[in-house]
Amino acid sequence: MTTPQDYQGIPKDTVDKFHGNQLLYIGWEDHLMFCAPFAFPFPPAMRFGDIVSHVLPAAFGYHPDFAKIDWPAAQWFKSGQPFSPDFDRSLAENGLGHKDVIRFRTPGLTGIKGSFS
Amino acid sequence: MDTKTAGRKLGLKEKYAHMTRGLGWDTTYQPKEKVFPFEQMEGIKIHDWDKWEDPFRLTMDAYWKYQAEKERKLYAIIDAFAQNNGHLNVTDARYINVLKLFLTGVSPLEYMAHRGFAHVGRQFSGVGPRVACQMQALDELRHSQTQIHAISNYNKHYNGMHDFRHMHDRVWYLSVPKSFFDDAVSAGPFEFMVAIGFSFEYVLTNLLFVPFMSGAAYNGDMGTVTFGFSAQSDEARHMTLGLEVIKFILEQDPANLPIVQKWIDKWSWRGIRVLTLVAMMMDYMLPKRVMSWKESWEIYFEQNAGALFKDLARYGITVPECVTTATKEKDHLSHQAWSTFYQYGAAAAFHTWMPSPDEMDWLSAKYPDTFDKHYRPRFEYWREQEAAGNRFYNKTLPMLCQVCQIPMLFTEPDDPTKIAYRETQYKEDKYHFCSDHCQHIFEDEPEKYVQAWLPVHQIYQGNCFPEGTDPTAPDFDPLAAVLQWYHIEFGADNLAFEGSEDEKNFAMWRGMATQNS
Amino acid sequence: MSKVFIAFQLNDDTRSIIEAILADNPHAVLNEAPAMVKIDAEGSLTIHRSSIEALLGRDFDLQELHLNLISLSGNIDETDDEFTLAWAN
Repeated sequence: MTTPQDYQGIPKDTVDKFHGNQLLYIGWEDHLMFCAPFAFPFPPAMRFGDIVSHVLPAAFGYHPDFAKIDWPAAQWFKSGQPFSPDFDRSLAENGLGHKDVIRFRTPGLTGIKGSFS
Repeated sequence: MDTKTAGRKLGLKEKYAHMTRGLGWDTTYQPKEKVFPFEQMEGIKIHDWDKWEDPFRLTMDAYWKYQAEKERKLYAIIDAFAQNNGHLNVTDARYINVLKLFLTGVSPLEYMAHRGFAHVGRQFSGVGPRVACQMQALDELRHSQTQIHAISNYNKHYNGMHDFRHMHDRVWYLSVPKSFFDDAVSAGPFEFMVAIGFSFEYVLTNLLFVPFMSGAAYNGDMGTVTFGFSAQSDEARHMTLGLEVIKFILEQDPANLPIVQKWIDKWSWRGIRVLTLVAMMMDYMLPKRVMSWKESWEIYFEQNAGALFKDLARYGITVPECVTTATKEKDHLSHQAWSTFYQYGAAAAFHTWMPSPDEMDWLSAKYPDTFDKHYRPRFEYWREQEAAGNRFYNKTLPMLCQVCQIPMLFTEPDDPTKIAYRETQYKEDKYHFCSDHCQHIFEDEPEKYVQAWLPVHQIYQGNCFPEGTDPTAPDFDPLAAVLQWYHIEFGADNLAFEGSEDEKNFAMWRGMATQNS
Repeated sequence: MSKVFIAFQLNDDTRSIIEAILADNPHAVLNEAPAMVKIDAEGSLTIHRSSIEALLGRDFDLQELHLNLISLSGNIDETDDEFTLAWAN
């Protein structure tokens, strides 16, 4: 019988299972109206700026703060550490791999009535 | 000669000895380790199974007698409830949504508990725990059946309950309770006993079955309160089994302590995470409230589990670290959970709504430190938007915790304005968690949790559409396809309570029940 | 000292049981909730078969408690005549 020590599982979410995409998680700091960060499947060659201009509006646009975002002033974090994405480069060129998590903070915007919602 | 002697009635202790130990036997033509192959696997050392004692000393004959009586009482009420259109006596039709969540999320777990106890009952070589596990396996089957019967009276009239078993294995939020139990039944027999018998039954089920079921009574649902309390009368015995098993294992060998402590830490947290659903049922889904989630936590966890851990200190058991986190979360849990279901209300098999101004005042009073500051502004904004025809439906899929499978909705224990993010690298991949405790559970058994069936990732892998769906077709609508695969009927089972078929039908039928026209 | 508790469904069967418990355990506190009662007691709580029988006016088997029991906490010691809940610390 296999002992618990030498038991091997087969990982369910390796990148090869996502039809050419990789997963990227994106959260908006100080805006808990969106209950959790989002998960997206993107091709690694996708331009980072296209995510900001074509994907984020549909995901976060319901919030009245979204239209007020000054994108050049936004602060980015990757796994919680400061991160400076190049909007003209791809995800892969920005060093973003499968299941990376990034967050952005929009200084001055603190949600509904300043409640971080 | 056949002289009839008046049989002396056996005392409780004597009868128990005959009906448990007296029924056991030793193996002869196979070695014991081959007959009970899982008993050694987890490193737990048992020297003398005869030291096991069931304090209730319940034997099979008494078990059948009392269970039969419980069933007769329960079914008399369920029948009366159905004959009397009892569903129209509930406070308001929003209440029925808790039953949808209960039937799809909890009742299938009762069935899994049946399978789990049948399995471990077979795997223990000691006779006492085998008999106790056998009874519990039968109890759990009874719970699952009586819940399905009782709630079927609602299924005749309301949406969202038509395919609970199919949904349990597929729907995103149901993966939370499902994976909890799958985790337990795929563990070894001793871990299963600590997980379900002790951590879940003893430490946590009171929070589900006692204040919540009393809430069902308060909301006029006689059918549910009766199955709830009937089930809970078995739980008292299960809790006792759970506590006895811990004491027994710890008394058998000092080397068992660190193993048991690790399981208690793990399963307390796994259970607390599952109870997130119960927190929101109590604070948001019961139109009339008996007590807040926070109050039930204080009574049934802080006070009761506090006493339990003090008692177990004599064995060297300490209060799990996760309790500190959970105690900080008691002021936030239900609000964060209900926010999540409200916004993902298009993908749920029950209806959601925003609390009324009165209900928000109740929440402010029960949560004076957190509700007005962190949640009221969000909820009032949503109410305004709803009134303006712009109800929030979040259509982007959330990031999930690898272990509890709940969307990453929990905030930092010491900062309710920041989502808690935790991650670890294991082999080729990154894994993400909602908390230190879920991360530790993963890191202790990564080969188990890398296999988690995370609903969001499964959707993106293309595994959650009806057979024959072409995701590359120009008119492909992923949400619609996923709901079809879930068997959730768009517009009937999901979306807002206001304007739902349930709301309209309940109002119409109640009108017919109280008027002649 | 920690508290033990026992909770019962509220019905005709349990009325005498609850009365007997409260009479035998003066330190116990009754908490009423919809459809149920919860009896809390510091340290320990003992249920005597004879007290219940006196109130019911019939024989009573302590295992009948299972019929209407909702929940309890504490270490159990049960004999034919007594049912005790207690914490060691």
